[in-house]
Amino acid sequence: MPERGPMTLFSMTTRAMSAQMVRMNAATSNLANAGSVSTTAEGAYRPIRPVFAVELDRASGLTGVTSSGLVRAETAPTKRYDPSHPLADADGNVFEAPVDETAEMVEIMESARQYQNLVQALQTAKQLMLETLRSQ
Amino acid sequence: MNERLFGIHGAALTLRSERMGVIASNIANAATPGYKARDIDFNAALDARLADQRGDITAGAQAGQVWRTPTMPSMDGNTVELNREQVAFAENAVAYSATLSFVTGKVNTITRALKGE
Repeated sequence: MPERGPMTLFSMTTRAMSAQMVRMNAATSNLANAGSVSTTAEGAYRPIRPVFAVELDRASGLTGVTSSGLVRAETAPTKRYDPSHPLADADGNVFEAPVDETAEMVEIMESARQYQNLVQALQTAKQLMLETLRSQ
Repeated sequence: MNERLFGIHGAALTLRSERMGVIASNIANAATPGYKARDIDFNAALDARLADQRGDITAGAQAGQVWRTPTMPSMDGNTVELNREQVAFAENAVAYSATLSFVTGKVNTITRALKGE
């Protein structure tokens, strides 16, 4: 969503925080779909990942971040032989979503750390701005 | 006028504020593939700023812009290292506060002189 006017420290941090939130939601969706099965290889869930891109504002010299879209991982679903499964195909196979739970957990932790960092930086910056305003 | 009243502190405060934005940009882009972390070399930038105020020929607004050299480069081309950015941000915030107190002190002195207290 393009915004009018030059980028400020606040709008930049807002965007970066939104981007981190998209990242965290994507990882959470992947985790939620771990272990979900499908009858066909095409129908199986593929993990999603957001793509971050730099957004330079020449007027203020600040560099924000946008998530320019989501990509699906190209990993092939895991084929498992389970004839008793209600979703099994004619050969008795089901296709499991290729989600790496550990990788997703690490992704969430890293995202949380970076989000925290942003909040802290914004707090410090805001405090300094207020000090500057209050000084007579 | 600004230079005569505040000495180097006026320019320094602006520069500190700009550096805060640059470091915040680095923190915001900690997960962007291919992002190259930037910083401002405070000494060089302040020299350029002061020379500019005196009317000398300068290197322009880009003076003092430096790229970070990562301790360990990552595979996605991102050169942001959160620990270094955190330290740089904290250092810059302290220096901003110090400069601000100089400016405030100067303003207080002038105000007192004007009021004749």
